[in-house]
Amino acid sequence: MTDTVANAISTPEHDQPYDALGLKPDEYQRIRDLLGRRPTSGELAMYSVMWSEHCSYKSSKIYLRQFGQKVTPKMKQNLLVGMGENAGVIDIGEGWAVTFKVESHNHPSFIEPFQGAATGVGGIVRDIISMGARPVAVMDQLRFGAIDHPDTARVVHGVVRGISSYGNSLGLPNIGGETYFDSVYQDNPLVNALAVGVLRHEDLHLANARGAGNKVVLFGARTGGDGIGGASILASDTFSEGGPTKRPAVQVGDPFAEKVLIECCLELFAGDLVQGIQDLGAAGISCATSELAANGDGGMYIELDRVLLRDPTLTPEEILMSESQERMMAIVQPDKLEQFLAVTAKWDVETSVLGEVTDTGRLVIDWHGEEIVNVDPRTVAVDSPVYERPVAYPSWIDALQADSASALPRTSDPDQLREQFLTLLGSPNLASKHWITDQYDRYVGGNTALAVPDDGGMVRVDESSGLGFAIAADANGRYAQLDPYEGARLALAEAYRNVAVTGAVPAAVSDCLNFGSPENPEVMWQFSRAVEGLADGCLELEIPVTGGNVSFYNQTGDSPIHPTPVVAVLGVIDDVARRVPSGWQDDGENIYLLGTTALELDGSAWAGTIHDHLGGRPPKVDLEAEQRLAGLLAAGAQESLISAAHDLSDGGLAQAIAECVLRFGVGARVVLDELLDRDGIDVATALFSESTGRVLVSVPREDDVRFRGLCEGRGYTVARIGVTDATSGTLELQDLFTVPVEDLRATHRSLAL
Amino acid sequence: MRIGVITFPGSLDDRDAQRAIRIAGAEPVALWHGEHDLHGVDALVLPGGFSYGDYLRCGAIASFSPIMSEVIDAANKGMPVLGICNGFQMLTEAKLLPGGLVRNEGGNFVCRDQKLRVENASTDWTNGFAAGDEITIPLKNGEGGFIASRGTLDELEGEGRVVFRYLEVNPNGSMNDIAGVSNERGNVVGLMPHPEHAVEEGFGPDTALAMRNGTDGLTFFASVIERSLLSA
Repeated sequence: MTDTVANAISTPEHDQPYDALGLKPDEYQRIRDLLGRRPTSGELAMYSVMWSEHCSYKSSKIYLRQFGQKVTPKMKQNLLVGMGENAGVIDIGEGWAVTFKVESHNHPSFIEPFQGAATGVGGIVRDIISMGARPVAVMDQLRFGAIDHPDTARVVHGVVRGISSYGNSLGLPNIGGETYFDSVYQDNPLVNALAVGVLRHEDLHLANARGAGNKVVLFGARTGGDGIGGASILASDTFSEGGPTKRPAVQVGDPFAEKVLIECCLELFAGDLVQGIQDLGAAGISCATSELAANGDGGMYIELDRVLLRDPTLTPEEILMSESQERMMAIVQPDKLEQFLAVTAKWDVETSVLGEVTDTGRLVIDWHGEEIVNVDPRTVAVDSPVYERPVAYPSWIDALQADSASALPRTSDPDQLREQFLTLLGSPNLASKHWITDQYDRYVGGNTALAVPDDGGMVRVDESSGLGFAIAADANGRYAQLDPYEGARLALAEAYRNVAVTGAVPAAVSDCLNFGSPENPEVMWQFSRAVEGLADGCLELEIPVTGGNVSFYNQTGDSPIHPTPVVAVLGVIDDVARRVPSGWQDDGENIYLLGTTALELDGSAWAGTIHDHLGGRPPKVDLEAEQRLAGLLAAGAQESLISAAHDLSDGGLAQAIAECVLRFGVGARVVLDELLDRDGIDVATALFSESTGRVLVSVPREDDVRFRGLCEGRGYTVARIGVTDATSGTLELQDLFTVPVEDLRATHRSLAL
Repeated sequence: MRIGVITFPGSLDDRDAQRAIRIAGAEPVALWHGEHDLHGVDALVLPGGFSYGDYLRCGAIASFSPIMSEVIDAANKGMPVLGICNGFQMLTEAKLLPGGLVRNEGGNFVCRDQKLRVENASTDWTNGFAAGDEITIPLKNGEGGFIASRGTLDELEGEGRVVFRYLEVNPNGSMNDIAGVSNERGNVVGLMPHPEHAVEEGFGPDTALAMRNGTDGLTFFASVIERSLLSA
């Protein structure tokens, strides 16, 4: 029997399974107070998914506010849409705007790696479409368990094939990403997907339902039984041994349906046929109706039995919660409905008119003529519970920070240095990921100016002017474990630098904050510190956070993952023809190292790989210096003084040199003496330290004087450390060792799972 | 010259093909799979993508699209037709080209800058090359392994209808390293690699000279334009 509103009023004592839906007793009581009665089962379904951690940000909200508070006028200058919408939108000039966002799909990807990762891509792409943009690129940030663990291959291959299958079928170039292996992610891989879209300013669309009488239209794939309760069950609790299988809760993706949906939406936007639009992701129709209504100027009336179903046996509660993919909800003026339906028919996209916008201020949902939902949409979508979770300084962190890698033995023996260099180059986290990225289409669209293995991806936006954007996303969970505040700032600094080396000017930030359980006070401390660090860092760099995503409960049992704040930075470049590659292409160019090197091996790849060590304090971040460095690189690119630029990060100078060589197979002769003297460091530190604010550049001989002048003018430390060599076929570190380029390549490409 | 690019549901490289045609100096005409109308174009490109998701045999459903009856008619009358990747798969499904394409030998989707040898420089789409030319254009497919019966292979080889052959690496297990073939008349050509992704400096494959500067794909489109000028 359908649980109607009338029934709920007449049976106040009816026992409801709020607990199984992830609601706490006090949350259930709050729903009863809000409604002045018990909720119907449909209302309970809606509240339970919308008040889940995944949808409501109830544990993180009080911290995330900082991103809106720590802003300057300059940060708002180019911000067309800030946090709170499906994705932030940045004005990049010439009438163009860019929207981008990164989101997690961690838990589904452990259960069913292929579909989990595929629908992760699908979901973030629909967020981009709902802003009115054409999606133009994707990236992914992946973290898996130890490479030699028996379960890792299952997850890696499933995730990579899922991303490959879905992204390639959408015709979106995959322009970069990162892949790390660490046993802390063994039972909880991180699959973060990022998408970028471009739009003309006038095409901007928002998720709101305005104008009483306007039609509410659901279009795209039919609604089925997949992903029911996925949002609340999957993201709100950890996996427990011996519990019921949660496999059916993972959604199944259909990239063809999504590709058609993209083109269909773009044609709808072009015809000005849509008033408001929202994608259906977590919490499906519950989320779309309540958010559209809550952001609108009235209410909404829906006849739920009009939803086209894949499975006719679904109950109204299941329809409300279903997370079937490839669906969108639009608000359409009645006089445009006919044209709207003509476009969806052209693309063979199934469409049903569910109801209309009202002026009642209520979200009312009927099922075969009986009222099953009657709520204030703001109580569902906006005024969800806010928690001030207990925060505790981790009991273990002082001891961890005291255990510095500086105490580890550092060799000066050339043979041992050579061995450590090659060990790092071939290690899982530093070796080439071509075996992953070769499965992604980086060409489709014809606008890819830079892609993996360059530091940032770059895409042309305007074919006539060459206007484009660059984007990079980074995180270092090891640093964040040592110090979450600095870890977040380090991720920001690295992504910022990775965009700057391409020649683009950093303009905006999105983030995906992956943490353990918020019910663990030490995890909440990590989270609060990381958010503070990121917000402070963005304020200092004066680039806005435009949106993001929080993923909690990344742990199995009592072991949380390393805090992993993935930070994406988007930059703008006037003409992509002036982009700077990451590797050396020409013979006889001078190689310069920008920045200074200190003994900063704590949390480094060297400490982890060579010594299996994690302790101490991560490298210092000087964002003012990063800003000057970015300015210098932009000026150098503008004046075409720099023919290659590569950021120094994991693995330090040694790894950066190897990558510059391997990009195009051009060798080099490197001399470290001046650097060792100037910075007062030993050779192992010079090679493997991960001090920030450093970039390796190559400069044509004829531009040498001007380049040195540029560095001097901007007060940035620089040292010439060598010269490129396209003829010898070797990388020579003078007085230390020489490695043939082919050996470097073989080592770098030796990893494949 | 007006060259039509047909968009099927799930086509991905249609706009890239249009750009390539424009850069080569012809006028691209967007055609829709659901129409029975070629809008008077002089040549046709069937672009890459995953038509209908390619959940069945690749290109199988698209080869029955309404517009395909006009395509088959025009091809049989001698109109130049180029099938790229999914378009190649459609042309084999429509029996305009022999053989078929199966899942890559390695099982995975492969994206790489691929070296090819031009074996036949007399087709409508390759006459700007010289036989034996080595070119590099991007390859990106999951089901690009060319297969045919022994008899068909012998016929293709004997009649010089193998238009492109993979060099250095056979990325998908294609028989005889075949990357592309033509019909007897030489007006219909299909290949798995993507010439439309190597038409503009800065956005193509890496070359020895500079990053992403390969434009070997431009000659495909220049060839068909040149031939149309000669026959006009």
